[in-house]
Parts: sequence; structure tokens; C-alpha cells
Amino acid sequence: MSKNLEFVKFDKVDKSYDGKVLVVKDLNLDIAEGEFITMLGPSGSGKTTCLMMLAGFETPTNGEIYLDKNPISNIPPHKRGIGMVFQNYALFPHMTVYENLAFPLKVRKFQKDEIDKKVDKALSMVSLSGFEHRMPGQLSGGQQQRVAVARALVFDPQVVLMDEPLGALDKNLRESMQYEIKHIHESIGVTVVYVTHDQSEALTMSNRIAVFNDGKVQQLSSPDKLYEEPVNSFVARFIGENNTFAGQITDMSKDQCKVKLNDGSEIIANPISVKTSGDKTTVSIRPERALINTKDKMDNNFKGKIEEVIYHGDHTRVRLDLLGNKEFILKVPNSSANMDIKMGNQINVSWNSHDARALDPK
Amino acid sequence: MSSESKQILTTDGIPLEVSLKKAERKNKIKAFLLVAPLLLFLLITYIFPIGDMLMRSVDDKMVTQMLPKTFESMETWDGKELPPEEVFEAFYLDYKKLIEEKTFGKLSTQLNYTKNGFKSILKKLQRKMKKFEEGNYKEQIMAVHPRWENVEYWRAIKRRAPAYTSSKYLKGMDMYVNEEGKIVNVAEDRRVHRILWIRTLEVAFFVTLLCFLMAYPIAHLLATLPMKYSNLLMICVLLPFWTSLLVRTASWMILLQQQGIVNDFFVMTGLVADDARPEMMYNKTGTYVAMTQILLPFMVLPLYSVMKTISPSLMRAGKSLGGTPFIAFWKVYFPLTIPGIGAGCLLVFILAIGYYITPALVGGASGTLISNQIAFHMKSTLDWSFASAMGLMLLTGVLAIYWIYNKLVGVDNIKLG
Repeated sequence: MSKNLEFVKFDKVDKSYDGKVLVVKDLNLDIAEGEFITMLGPSGSGKTTCLMMLAGFETPTNGEIYLDKNPISNIPPHKRGIGMVFQNYALFPHMTVYENLAFPLKVRKFQKDEIDKKVDKALSMVSLSGFEHRMPGQLSGGQQQRVAVARALVFDPQVVLMDEPLGALDKNLRESMQYEIKHIHESIGVTVVYVTHDQSEALTMSNRIAVFNDGKVQQLSSPDKLYEEPVNSFVARFIGENNTFAGQITDMSKDQCKVKLNDGSEIIANPISVKTSGDKTTVSIRPERALINTKDKMDNNFKGKIEEVIYHGDHTRVRLDLLGNKEFILKVPNSSANMDIKMGNQINVSWNSHDARALDPK
Repeated sequence: MSSESKQILTTDGIPLEVSLKKAERKNKIKAFLLVAPLLLFLLITYIFPIGDMLMRSVDDKMVTQMLPKTFESMETWDGKELPPEEVFEAFYLDYKKLIEEKTFGKLSTQLNYTKNGFKSILKKLQRKMKKFEEGNYKEQIMAVHPRWENVEYWRAIKRRAPAYTSSKYLKGMDMYVNEEGKIVNVAEDRRVHRILWIRTLEVAFFVTLLCFLMAYPIAHLLATLPMKYSNLLMICVLLPFWTSLLVRTASWMILLQQQGIVNDFFVMTGLVADDARPEMMYNKTGTYVAMTQILLPFMVLPLYSVMKTISPSLMRAGKSLGGTPFIAFWKVYFPLTIPGIGAGCLLVFILAIGYYITPALVGGASGTLISNQIAFHMKSTLDWSFASAMGLMLLTGVLAIYWIYNKLVGVDNIKLG
């Protein structure tokens, strides 16, 4: 019962639309069976193109895509057996919910009673039983979304692709749909390839996230690792909040390095993508990793001036002018010990060098 | 009772409904005044003329007013044998009055419509009547021409007695009321209109079909091509649309005539022999070709406007769900374009059914349509009432098609843009 770790495999895939610009560059990506993988990236980063190549609506310019070890570049979309949920649902507006769900079954020549059974099951899975005879236009956005999900799953595809399926929903609905899709995935164990530009969506739903930028996968790892240990400054910037210092490596050891900042001060950081002394670098620190007035021993201790205090209920955001960076953000938990945070005050800020990741200078 | 007790009052104590009506009256008047010019325009240019046409097509008062005494005396005549002396006398007096008023020519024209042969005998009667003696008019009139002794001519006069008649409509369908008052078909060799009606429907149907077959792919291309190319294509569709109808028809004449460009090309490529150039004009082919080209934009535009709204992801969804490209097209795309197809077909069919200039110029004898016949009666025979009757029959046909369409597809589904 060992799962196929290369259920979907992108092998050196390139894609260009105009012969001049590569929108996907040398993509190598293995997706395990039953995995929920998210392609995350800004618009134009090539993530949707990858999805379209997998669905069969675009052909790779170079390289090959394998589905369960079979190359699929020459298989037309309707023979791939891949379910897809589109950005704007793409429900057939002239068909009822039942007809929409029955469509993939009818073209597969299922018997009528079997179709009924499968449609029933799919609708109850998205808790829409009883909506069979509604038209898509009579449903709310969230309901349409569920129908679209049910339709993509009703014919038991090997892989389901979702192209920003929650983009058109409002915030609350989006969050509840995230959990719902996640639960559906967990209960039926289908492989899901999910495309989004919303990082919180990616972090809550996925087993693994592939961060795309500029046609390349910048980092492929689990959500926690992606957040805690970004491998380059793009990922650090794109996922979550992050404070950066630009500087130059002055001293390099195995797991520590000294970085001389532009204002002359020196900090100790964790070398990730820098190699030798003299390299330019961007040091990234998560806001919650820097503490104020802490009693713990940390190897970076500096004084900063409070520029702005924003109350957020459970925590307070503090903007500091620290080491020449006027946008240094801190998240301070609201407890009585931190009551002296006022604009203009000087405070002590400390962090561990392990959490200050010296990344590429971009 | 309960509604009265619950009546809501404004702060001034006026019932809310009254107050609301008062407040909105001004807006209603303003709105009406805005549409009033158009309403007036429609009344003057559309409703009145159609009403007038309707009246004209059934109006038969002219003869009734010209021969009042005759028709009065004819009331008791059973029409089996020659009418009695009173009828002849009354006819003599009526006709004499017309001669004095110099309007007898109209009578002969009108009676001639009813039965051929009236024109000459009325003219002869007019000449001979000057010498008529008083009394015994029956014999004197019958002596003018043997046709006056024929009871059928008198029956023909009697048939014109009612002030209103449906004879023009019957004539439009190649039927008439015979001597016994029954509606019968005219002799087979004299049936012109029925052929024209059928041909008109046939041409309109096939032109619509041809337009649909050509416009569907064009509209699809227009809706799916990138902006750069679709704009160019749109201009190609619209350019002929902006060109004068006459110019376009004339250019088809240049292309299609026997020594024309198309025939020259056929001969050059060896498709046909030089002495066997096919006739592509002055027959139905010419009408089909020219009308299809001219009406094509009316099909392309509604189709395009509907196709533009169909998201390309629907076709993709159809394919990703396992439908072959054909199934995805047939089950997903095509049904969504039906409102456009309906609008385009209705538009083209209705335009084609009343088309005039193009069939007149390139249709020849076998390619003219009912509208050409209407124009012929308007301009040449001056039988306006007949032209009106046929015009109304055409209008009724169009309305019937609209009704059927509404029953089948539903007019609410039409989308023009």
C-alpha cells in the first residue's frame, strides 16, 4: 500500500506562448498520490499555466508530464480523467444542478440509476442534497462553488485541479469553504492540485506548497517549513510578514555569519543562501521572532525607537526605527508587562541569530 | 377592514399612498413627455399608415358610391336571370351622372378588375348613350354590345355592391368569389401569387439557413480571437454593412453575370466551357447569393454578442469533465448560443421575407419575391388596395412567424446585444 510518490510528475517542463519569454522554466515537480499540493504565487508567475498543462488545455513547449508514470502530453483533456474546478465555477448555466453533475457521468455512459446514486452521493458530500433541480443562477456563490467541487469529483477522477476556486467568495465564506474542501480531500483521499495567490489559503489547506515566481518553483515544502524556513528572500517576502535588513557578509562560519548593515551596525545571522564573506545579503526576521525587553539570552540586542503603535486586540503591532530600517515591525502580545510601549520611546529589541536568515540580496 | 384601520399616514396626516402618488405624478408626467415625441412619431409613421392600408385593402366604397341607384334596385334581383328594367334604368341614370361628372373612367377601371371586358363595353355605352331615348333602357343598353345581354356582367356589378370586400385578399392567394358566391381557386395557368408566396418563404428560409451556417463560425471567431484580429474581422463584417445596398447589389451583378468575374474565373480554371457559362444571375441563384451576403451581418451581430458572453472556461469544463470536443460544443456551447441564433434567424427571416431591391435587380423573372409584386401594383397598375392587401398579408405572416417563434423559443430569450 505504499503511495506512489511520483503520481504526477513534471519533468523539465518549459512553456512559452510567444517563443520569446518562458512563462514556465525547467519545472520539475513530483506530486504524491493523495496529496494536497498548492501552487502559490503572484499573478503571472506561471502557476495557472502549469495547471492548464496538467489539465491538457496547454501543451508543454518542452519536457513531459507524467500521470501515474504515463506521459500525457499527447492525451487530449477529455481523456485524461482529471477533474477541474474553475475560477468562476464554470457551471453550465442552462443545466440544472443534477444535469451539471450528471454530465461527466453521461459522457462516460453510466447507467441512469448509477448516475443518480453518484450524483446523490456527491451532493451530500458538499451538503447540497435537495438542490438537484435548481439552476446554477438560483444558487449563491458558495453553493455554486460546492456544486463545482462536486462536479469535479463525481466521476471519481485520479486528480482534481482547482484554479483559484475561492477567489470570488467573500472572506467568511472563503474560510469556511477552505475547511470544507480540506475535509473533503481528507475523507476521499483524492490528489488535489490547488492554485491560489492567497497565502493564508495555501497555508491552511495544503500538505505541501510550491511557491512560484518568474516561472520557477522557488520553494516546495510543507506550510510550516515554508513559513519558518524560507530559502530565499522572495519566499520570505511572499509568505507572511517579514522584516528585512540589507547588508554585506563580513564574517562567515558554519552556522553563523556577521552582516554589516548599511548604517554601519553589525548583526549576527543564520547563513542560508550566502556562501562567502563579502557577499551581499538580505536578512529576514519574522516579526514574532523579535522580542522586546526580554530576559532570555539572545545574541542580537539593539535599541530602537517606536514610530507607530497599532492596537490589534490580541496583540499590538509596533513599528520601530531600528538599525536604519524604519519599517521594522514587531508583534507584541497584549500582557501587562508590555505597557510601556508608547510612541517615541526607546526600547530594547532582541532576536536569536538562528531566526535571522541571511538570504539572497534581492 | 383591517387594512383601513392600519392605513399609514404621513406626518401631515395625508394617507401615505395618496402622498406617494402625488410625489410620483410629476415623474410620471416627465417620463411620458420624454417618450411622447417617439410615440407621436410612431403613430404618424407606423400605426396610421398600417390602419390606412387595412382600410384601403378592404375598402370598396368607390363603386358603391358611383352606382347608388343601381345597387338599390338590384337588392331585389336574385341574379339568376337578366335584371329587370328598373335596374337598367337605375344603371343608366347612375352612369349618366358619372359621365356628366367625368368620373366614368374610374368605374370602368374598377369594374374591369372584377371582370375583364367591362372597359370596352362601358366606353361604347358612353358613346351610344347620348342618343338614348327615354324609357325601355333595358333593350337600348343591350343593343349597345352583346356582352350587356350576358347576365354574368350584371352579376359582376352586383358583386361590387358591398362597401367592404375581401376580394383583394382572395386575389392575393389566387382565389376569387365566383358567380355563385363561392370562394374558388383561379385557373391553374393564371396563378401567380401563390408561387410568389411560396418562393418568398422558400428564399427567406434558405437565406436564413445559409446566413446561419456562414455566420456561426464567423461569430465564433470574432468572439474568441484576440482583440487585434477580431477587430479587423469585425471591420470586414461591418464594411459591407456600411456600404450602400445598391452598390453591393450592383457589385454582385458585376461578379455574377455571364461575362462576369466569377464566370471568367470558372472558364479560366477550366471548370466550365466558355460556351457553357452558367447563369448565376437573373434567377433564384442570384437572389440567394446577393441576399445572403447582404443579410449576413444581421446574423453575425446577434450571434457575436451572445457568444461574447459565454465564458471560454465552460468549454474547457465540458472537456475536462470528459466530453469530446464535439460533445462539449453540442451540449454546452451550442445551447448557450440559442438566444443569439433565435434573434439572428428571426431578424434575417423577417428582413428577407420583405426584401425588395436585391431580388428586383438580380432576381430576374424567377427570382422576384412578393414584395416586388407589391411594388409592381403600387407603381404600375396603381391598384393600391391590392398592394395594401398583400402588404398586410405579408405583415400577418411576419407576425405569425414571430408568434410561432415565441411559442417555440420564447421572445424573452432573444438577445441582440
